[in-house]
Amino acid sequence: MSGEQAHECWRWPESNWVNPDVNWQEAQFVTVGVDVGSVSSQAVVMADGEMLAYGSLRTGFNSRESARRALDFAVEPLSGLPEERIDYVVGTGYGRVNVPMADRSLTEVACHARGAHFIYGPEVRTVLDVGGQDIKAIRCDEKGKVIDFILNDKCAAGTGRGMEVFADLVNVPIQDIGEWSFRIAEEPPAVSNTCVVYAKSEAVGLLRKGWGVEQVLAAYCSSTADYIHSVVERLGVTPEFAATGGMAKNRGVMERLMNRVGLEFMKTEWDPQLAGAIGAALFGRTLCQKWKKRKKAARA
Amino acid sequence: MITAGVDCGGKNTKTVILNDGRIVGRASARTGYQPVGAVEMSMESALREAGLERSDLDRIGGTGSGRNSVKPADTIVDEREAMGRGALYYFPGARTVIDVGAEEARAARLDGNGNVSDFVVNEKCAAGAGSFIEAMGRALETDVRDMGPLALESDKGISMNAQCAVFAESEVVGLIHANAEKKDISRAVHDAMAGRLVSMIRRIGVLEDVVMIGGVARNPGIVEAIKRDLKIGEIHVPEDPEYASALGAALAAAGGPVA
Repeated sequence: MSGEQAHECWRWPESNWVNPDVNWQEAQFVTVGVDVGSVSSQAVVMADGEMLAYGSLRTGFNSRESARRALDFAVEPLSGLPEERIDYVVGTGYGRVNVPMADRSLTEVACHARGAHFIYGPEVRTVLDVGGQDIKAIRCDEKGKVIDFILNDKCAAGTGRGMEVFADLVNVPIQDIGEWSFRIAEEPPAVSNTCVVYAKSEAVGLLRKGWGVEQVLAAYCSSTADYIHSVVERLGVTPEFAATGGMAKNRGVMERLMNRVGLEFMKTEWDPQLAGAIGAALFGRTLCQKWKKRKKAARA
Repeated sequence: MITAGVDCGGKNTKTVILNDGRIVGRASARTGYQPVGAVEMSMESALREAGLERSDLDRIGGTGSGRNSVKPADTIVDEREAMGRGALYYFPGARTVIDVGAEEARAARLDGNGNVSDFVVNEKCAAGAGSFIEAMGRALETDVRDMGPLALESDKGISMNAQCAVFAESEVVGLIHANAEKKDISRAVHDAMAGRLVSMIRRIGVLEDVVMIGGVARNPGIVEAIKRDLKIGEIHVPEDPEYASALGAALAAAGGPVA
């Protein structure tokens, strides 16, 4: 990591992974889901509905390019998987129209519900997806099918971008914010401004008054939890409740949100940021099974 | 009667000193995180300019989001009254007043007697106030004072998707990477903000004369964009528009009819 990158606290770690226990050569259908968000992009490769590989990285300015980069990042460690072996690609996310290799695009709401169903199991009924620039609360059935949802995408409050602003402000790597927010003796009052710009200004004032970074982070995580809670309440919560998207990995926000919702959230070993791409890959498999033949589309 | 009006705003604290209705001193200081100190500083500077002492002041009026930091104040002036009085001082025909500061934007309708008959405010969202232009200026590496004139050079409208200052900053950076011209991006920023202001203003209805005050009134790009959107011929902007509410507070402290 270069010296310059060490100071970019908003730059969360990119990651990829291959499942050593799955052999794509024996799979009937290899399907890919690519979720291009405003802040991050994920590509998930599945062999007959089992996780084969994934890649998660920053979207950057060119969402068309980031779809390709995410897929390459996922597939790269899979030595020998030729692209022709991929039977179906489903694109989703804010930039889903820019997934050049997609055979089809599906809504991020549908993909997140389906992905949450895979990650958390058939008991999940309320999915909260907090991504880089939006908050979605989704009600789904036991098959992971969407029944209702609400979307908040006009305001940075409660989103990943808001958290990035704070990471930069207090100079704490974003993936450590949750941890740091609990290093406090007493829970401080939440930051009072909902608007991220004004919240940042308020936080600077608190720091000048002598507040510690940990206290400021606790106050901001509380304020984020408050705002997300207000969105979730509009949809109504039916157990079981599960969170997806990057913010699901922020313990500082999730635990404070759990207190407000009054429910334990479901747990998973998988990275919840993959939910959209997982759902997309699973839809790809369903489509393959439905048509029972390999699909190849002209890839851009 | 010598009065002082102090408008303690989110970004700047402005003081105006009036002697029998004539402006004799004015000064501004950054509010920062010490509003009481900023009130002191701007008051001292304004008094110095007027060649007066604190003891010469008959009454002090305080207004703005930090009005409780104006101590001692003989009267705390509601922002609506300060707006109205300030606008009418320069333009007796004012019927709609738009006040856009660094962190808040508001609009008021005045009746024939100069009283505020309707009022709307945005103080929650940075995208509808002056700090929006500043933030976009940083993204464009352009001084905020140059943003307006730059926007006026453009004859190409680009529509922005983002409603939020944080998202707009990313969108501007994206436009820069897509090689859009700075002047066109600046215009897009001004059009987007004016659109939000006009939505707010329309809620109280527009009646001419329309007056704009507050620091953002100095931005010709915003004034032009609002004029275009409202489809009116003229928006009146007083000299030193950022002092208009402080002036209104000084007038209120002096008492007397509004219009």
